[in-house]
Amino acid sequence: MAAGRGVAAEACVGQVVLPGDVLLLPAHPDEDGERLRLGAGAAPRGRLLCGPGLRRCAAGLLVTKCGLLRHRQAGGGAAAGGAYWVDSQQKRVGARRDYVGGGGEPPSCPRLTDLFVHEPRLQYVPVKGDHVIGIVTAKAGDVFKLDVGGSEQASLSYLAFEGATKRNRPNVQVGDLIYGQFLVANKDMEPEMVCIDSSGRSSGMGIIGQDGFLFKVSLGLIRKLLAPKCEIIQELSQLYPFELVLGMNGRIWVKAKTVQQTLIIVNILEACEYMTAEQRKQAFAKLSGN
Amino acid sequence: MAAAEQEEEKMAAAGGGCCLRPFSCEQGLLSRPDGSAAFLQGDTSVLAGLYGPAEVKGSKELPDRAVLEVLLRPKVGLPGVVERSREQLLRRTCEAVVLGVLHPRTAITLVLQVLSDAGSLLSCCLNAACMGLLDAGLPLSSLFCGVTCALDPTGAIVLDPTTRQEQEARAVLTFAIDSAERKVLTATTKGSCSVEEMQQCLAAAQRAADTIFQFYRDSVRRRYSKS
Repeated sequence: MAAGRGVAAEACVGQVVLPGDVLLLPAHPDEDGERLRLGAGAAPRGRLLCGPGLRRCAAGLLVTKCGLLRHRQAGGGAAAGGAYWVDSQQKRVGARRDYVGGGGEPPSCPRLTDLFVHEPRLQYVPVKGDHVIGIVTAKAGDVFKLDVGGSEQASLSYLAFEGATKRNRPNVQVGDLIYGQFLVANKDMEPEMVCIDSSGRSSGMGIIGQDGFLFKVSLGLIRKLLAPKCEIIQELSQLYPFELVLGMNGRIWVKAKTVQQTLIIVNILEACEYMTAEQRKQAFAKLSGN
Repeated sequence: MAAAEQEEEKMAAAGGGCCLRPFSCEQGLLSRPDGSAAFLQGDTSVLAGLYGPAEVKGSKELPDRAVLEVLLRPKVGLPGVVERSREQLLRRTCEAVVLGVLHPRTAITLVLQVLSDAGSLLSCCLNAACMGLLDAGLPLSSLFCGVTCALDPTGAIVLDPTTRQEQEARAVLTFAIDSAERKVLTATTKGSCSVEEMQQCLAAAQRAADTIFQFYRDSVRRRYSKS
């Protein structure tokens, strides 16, 4: 509760934490984060991972984002092991308003909520291994520059395509969409993308075809859609066949048989962020009826 | 898209001698910025929009940390010298809590639009800025809040003064206080006061800050209790 003094990390799991809160970790006599661990046996036991929204500080863990504190136990069940992170997925459904005051009526100021509709959107920050959709903005010698929605453009070598050689260049034009994966995503360096996996296979990555429709959604929705056994995707796939590419940077590319069918998918995906499962089922029932 | 959900909560301002005007906050009300917040203190209200970490334009890029830019837009007209001076003050306060080292070579832009000024504008700007940073999900080392105190001619401290109280006051002091150790991040004074009076104002501001931080926490807690 009181920031600054610090609270035990276990007590806060599932609770809301705010930046500036200090989480204390249980003291372990053999726990020494600074010592380099050698040998496979000693490494996993009691190892604590510090997830998103948390930083290490002298007293324990410093919270840097607001959200719910989550904890996952290590495999062995060691008390100090496992991972802590802050779940700051902003699943907000609308704008919020709170009042504090010495009683009486809330301030008589313009009702902002009545004028605006909230659309949760967070700036994308490249993460190593993320699959994203990039737009080619420039061809500079042997690299392409891709806009991935981050603070900086990502680079993509012309050799990072399946079957590409110095002789056999991929046919990439400015404006093309590319589905790839981050090989280097580092705060100090330019992000680098590839369209092949470690064995040299494309595994679905590469240039996205000519037609189709690209649109942006919030990062929270993308995470929801990419979750294994996502109900939305399963229900959609029963409507009619279509192609779908989901990028972790919030971009979605859709292509169905006709333009009309494509736009229906787009509208459903954009709307399902704010629909409950019940509302969605009704919408799908209406669509499959005609 | 979604019907904007409204929730209204009222809380009695706690703490002896702490009589802030009723305050309220809305987060995430703009669709284009990465984070936004409106903060209302009595009849003073400020809207904050936050963009970033985004691409840096021009030669402002810093190799080791993010560039923070604050723009303060008055209700009418163009920003003048007063706004520029406050922009710098707000920028330095935000820089103290934003962990800019985690996003080097990027720019964070904070735009504050004054919607109505009925006194204690600077503290309202500070609170709106903090809620905007929180909404954007930027890494912060702690939160902060702004508290304005006015010393009336008799020497009594008025917290969160109105425009009229500010005009009648001998001195108006604004403090930015951080949530981790209740320490002062920024202090600015208009008018003259003794060192003792300043200390008294600071103590009163620190007490009032607890109410605001509790409000921040309750506000975030209510947001997450629903999802």
